[in-house]
Amino acid sequence: MATNDTPLERIARATPDSLAGRVGGLGDRAIAWIFIAPTIVLLLAINIFPLIWTINLSFTNYRANRLTLGSEYVGLRNYERILTDPDIWHNMQVTAHFLFWTIFFQVLIGFALAWLINRNFRGNAFWTTVIVLPMMLSPAVVGNFWTFLYQPQIGLFNYVVSFFTGVDPASFQMIGSVRLAPWAIVIADTWMWTPFVMLICLAGLRSIPGYIYEAAEIDRASKWRQFWTITIPMVLPFLMLAVLFRGIENFKMFDLVVELTSGGPGSTTELASINLKREAFEKWRTGYSSAFAIILFVTVFGLANIYVKALNRVKSR
Amino acid sequence: MRTLKRCLLASAVVLSGANYAAAEDITLCWAAWDPANALVELSKDFTAATGIGMKFEFVPWPNFADRMLNELNSGGKLCDLMIGDSQWIGGGAENGHYVKLNDFFDKEGISMDDFAPATVYAYSTWPKGTPNYYALPAMGDANAWFYRKDWFSRPELQAEFKAKYGRDLAAPTTQLELKDIAEFFQGRQIDGKTVYGANIFTERGSEGITMGVLGTLFAWGAKFENTPGTYDMQGAVNSAEAVEALEFYKELYKCCTAPGYTDSYMQESLDAFKSGQVAMAMNWFAFFPGLYKDEQVGGDRIGFFVNPKQNVEGSMLGGQGISVVSYSDKKDAALAYIKWFAQPDVQKKWWSLGGYSCHLAVLKDPSFVESQPFAADFLKAMDSVQDFWQEPAYAELLLAMQKRLHDYVVADVGTAQEALDLLIKDWTEVFEDEGKL
Repeated sequence: MATNDTPLERIARATPDSLAGRVGGLGDRAIAWIFIAPTIVLLLAINIFPLIWTINLSFTNYRANRLTLGSEYVGLRNYERILTDPDIWHNMQVTAHFLFWTIFFQVLIGFALAWLINRNFRGNAFWTTVIVLPMMLSPAVVGNFWTFLYQPQIGLFNYVVSFFTGVDPASFQMIGSVRLAPWAIVIADTWMWTPFVMLICLAGLRSIPGYIYEAAEIDRASKWRQFWTITIPMVLPFLMLAVLFRGIENFKMFDLVVELTSGGPGSTTELASINLKREAFEKWRTGYSSAFAIILFVTVFGLANIYVKALNRVKSR
Repeated sequence: MRTLKRCLLASAVVLSGANYAAAEDITLCWAAWDPANALVELSKDFTAATGIGMKFEFVPWPNFADRMLNELNSGGKLCDLMIGDSQWIGGGAENGHYVKLNDFFDKEGISMDDFAPATVYAYSTWPKGTPNYYALPAMGDANAWFYRKDWFSRPELQAEFKAKYGRDLAAPTTQLELKDIAEFFQGRQIDGKTVYGANIFTERGSEGITMGVLGTLFAWGAKFENTPGTYDMQGAVNSAEAVEALEFYKELYKCCTAPGYTDSYMQESLDAFKSGQVAMAMNWFAFFPGLYKDEQVGGDRIGFFVNPKQNVEGSMLGGQGISVVSYSDKKDAALAYIKWFAQPDVQKKWWSLGGYSCHLAVLKDPSFVESQPFAADFLKAMDSVQDFWQEPAYAELLLAMQKRLHDYVVADVGTAQEALDLLIKDWTEVFEDEGKL
């Protein structure tokens, strides 16, 4: 046996003749199908089938906890009830507020941090590690942790605000106030996920070749102009990718907010996902919640598709 | 070789013994709280008497309903015995989760007449009030109050209170008196520390705010239906009394609670009281033995009182019955536990360990009232308890109420009248879906 055989050649030699004969008759396309078939079967079983089944359930009044009642087809009734329910629209508004402001702050602060970290200074690696620590924690832990920080009587957050503004720390409640609670969840999520945006931006910044800036220097372009005409356009595809990831993640945000506010006070921070969980697994309105899930899915899928098209346009420029 | 054979034989004997023991073990599911620890202690007697081992699955209250109802709905075999919340009885019976116990009671001579009627009605029967039993009353409970007796008895505070309100500073007898006292303590400096009036239930996620508000609604005489069993809620759920009571609860929350208690339930109530933040707090009787024993705030420093009346006596029912899960493979052993638990002597020990027996042999015992400082209040509360809906759709009804109440009381959305009107709309929808309207 030649010692410089490739692994493929060794496998081919080791294959029994009977099997080799059978496979030998297959075309490349058939062999490719054999290789991808397990993945396709798995995808169909755990993604496509549940999706089709959920669509089917969304037209029924099925309840997973009341099997004895059976289920009936109710047509579009579930969809009609959801789309005409002011509480659902309130959930969507709360979700939109959360989505917009978390992405806004995370992009702003994440980019600024990436811009600072991208410079050469002592302790660069150490500070990068420190900054990315929050995103390594579990959302449930972060939620609990911020609940204590926001506690009006003993919470550090209120004392910091008090230190800078002079207001009594016990005079305001971040998670108990209708006015402040939506911002409380935005702050906690921003704290946790800004490092993620920073890392993506950092990758973008480091991918810009140095000679472009050198050429701009030779052309006597100011730093400000370099920033707007080189840095931002070249980082933009990365930034848009970060926005896409965070947008999809935050649209289905659940754990962090449940730990912080349980959707309260009242329904002030009740995101669509929290309401969906209550409908599906506390009220057990399986048909209704399936319709709600399909509406959310179509919304995210539609928005993400439009966004990806815009992203591709930016990348092709 | 002989040694090896002996070892194998011995292992086989040990393993077969272990399998036998495992087969005889039964699992009891309940919430993780003080009485559960008492039940573990009590159940050792059952194992000693029958040889049946006991395993326990205790889940903290905020997740108890979610976890256990999922278990029942999925036909799980984890629990052989379930001490489920009183509101689950309708679903437990109609969905086939619980074993009907009538024949077993008849066979074993267990009479429901031996238990307090309110507890039999609330924890055992479905449809309500009919002689169809799905549980044995296991743990009587109601929402009540406790207060800092040592603060109340301070002469300077006594004098100041009397000058302001014209009566002694003592445990309140009406809801309005309770608010006066809470206002009196709110923001006061005691031993160099700012204290607050009261801790009340405001929790949003599970059942907290509903349990707190219902105690107030019942004290005002509010009801769920004009005629029981008709689901005729208009004018009952949103009656003038109910609106007034709900407004009162919100005023109490706004005027007299400590900052930050916007999502407060059992544990937060205990924390607020034990840390010396509040003069009074509401909670379930189940916690009172532990509070009384507390080194910091228990003993002479604590007093107890039943939920004060306003228009009528009324308390929110807590507590649970013990049921046999129909999916269990060890129903006989589970029934043996119920038979054992129903004995008067066991019930007496249950009370002595910190559980709340519903057996009349315990409650009617002349020494019962003096046996604990809260025993008399417990008896009084159990005379006027009312429960939430116990319908199979109770979770939907409860979540709707949680939302409407939290929106109004904590989030300042709308008026009390609007909150209750919307609640009727939600509940009507649920009962229509159920085919009951």
